[in-house]
Amino acid sequence: MNILVCISNVPDTTSKINFVENDKIFDTNGVQFIINPNDEFGLTRAIWFQQKNQATVTVVTVGDISCEPILRKCLAIGANKAVRIDSKALDGFSVAEQLKSLCEKESFDIIICGRESIDYNGGMVPGMLAQMLEMPFVTNCISMDVNGNEVIAKREIDGGVETLSCSLPIVIGAQKGLVEESDLIIPNMRGIMQARQKPLDVVAPANSFSKSSVDKFEKPPAKGSVKLVDPDNIDELISLLHNEAKVI
Amino acid sequence: MAIIVYAESQNGKFKKSAFEAVSYGRALANESNKNLVVISINADDPNELANYGPDKVLSVKDSSMNDYTAQVYADTISELSKKEGVSILVLSSSADSKYMSPLLAVQLGAGLASNVVSTPISISPLVVKRSCFTNKAFNYTTLKGSINIICVSNNSYGIHEKDSRPEVVDVKISKNNPKIKVESLDKATGSVSIADADIVISGGRGLKGPENWHLIEDLASTLGAATACSKPVSDMGWRPHSEHVGQTGKPVASNLYIAIGVSGAIQHLAGINASKVKVVINNDPEAPFFKAADYGIVADAFDVVPKLIEKLKAFKSHQ
Repeated sequence: MNILVCISNVPDTTSKINFVENDKIFDTNGVQFIINPNDEFGLTRAIWFQQKNQATVTVVTVGDISCEPILRKCLAIGANKAVRIDSKALDGFSVAEQLKSLCEKESFDIIICGRESIDYNGGMVPGMLAQMLEMPFVTNCISMDVNGNEVIAKREIDGGVETLSCSLPIVIGAQKGLVEESDLIIPNMRGIMQARQKPLDVVAPANSFSKSSVDKFEKPPAKGSVKLVDPDNIDELISLLHNEAKVI
Repeated sequence: MAIIVYAESQNGKFKKSAFEAVSYGRALANESNKNLVVISINADDPNELANYGPDKVLSVKDSSMNDYTAQVYADTISELSKKEGVSILVLSSSADSKYMSPLLAVQLGAGLASNVVSTPISISPLVVKRSCFTNKAFNYTTLKGSINIICVSNNSYGIHEKDSRPEVVDVKISKNNPKIKVESLDKATGSVSIADADIVISGGRGLKGPENWHLIEDLASTLGAATACSKPVSDMGWRPHSEHVGQTGKPVASNLYIAIGVSGAIQHLAGINASKVKVVINNDPEAPFFKAADYGIVADAFDVVPKLIEKLKAFKSHQ
């Protein structure tokens, strides 16, 4: 079994979000980058298949050399090898094109992406890649079991869970639930040492173009201060919600 | 050329977000001087859409599409969109629409923007404002396709009624061959889902244990609201993961969000920031949630929530 996990390099969830150069560029000053959480749930499930079914796990990212620390971390967690496609991530479409060209060179049985990145929140790459490769696609995936060539996957839907079946190969959009938070692997010293010896290939990008561009960022307007209501005067809260906020 | 909207339905009934998407489509059609064509799939009464301004409704009724499969729905919508000469396709931001939007983008060779929070800043070039960094910021995105897809954020544009007399056309679809089969669907009946809810009631660690969740549930049923929880609560197994809202959980964009015993970690606030009005009840006046909320009560949830439920019941019965 050959598994590809697509990794996005994103700011840590506690980062203060600021922009520079007339709000055109995200301010990376003082920001720590991490494996996109949704991707990490997917990677952890891939490592489970590696340990149970001797699957080979390859991780890939599209980005410049600044993305290599998180690829090394994936190797320390247990991935067998890493690939960095040496191109700026222009938009979801161009990233999916880059990944497609890798998937055409090697054949993967399972391709796992996070359901969306926590920075752009596009949720575009996994579905686009699946459609380009004409593979079945399950996003918001909270469970995936493989028996021979058959896959049973669960998808979280608005207000419930859907159980789906299909054949390999498949593209998955991973999220929390595919593995639990407590299953996430913290690299140990041995893993970190081994990661240094594992292959991290840098490949030239395929020709691609973008279909969208981000021109400018904006932060939400500063919040007015909270109106405190006396706990002995609940009627006031109800009146505020009814007459002022008009939400009940 | 036409503006196309897919109006999502469930068990034959249009979702509220479908009317919002059609209203949004009407605004786009007016601004760009194009016709508005709305696609409905297995909705009982496609004429209901006439209240929101379409020029034409394409109604698909096909029992092979009773189960939602993203691939089959995307194949159908892209085929119909191409026939109508689509310039912009509008979808909602429901889980199902977000699932199929990237498939549609590849099939139509289209540009795609999800989580769009307002009508376009400009039509030519097409520039939209969308939320990013999990609601901690917005970006202005230029869509460069000759066809483009916009997924409208729930509750961002609102529903605008506009009477129209659309031509309603029954259309047949070509035979589909799904790669994925739906084996079963496990849907909570009777309760409101977080995605569709106008009001969401959320509980945190301050409730001390799952046995106290009747407070959240009673308040939710009084208001017809969905229930949600913070990350620690779902991690400790007090509540199912499907209720976890925040940066790594579900996003919330309700009209009213009431947080009880939730401290308001930055990741939680990011996930619920798109809600219009936020209320916090917490006994710790230093809880960060008070900085993000519109209204707050500094008090013990166990004292104040039962009183709130009682008062709300009285308020509701007088309406």
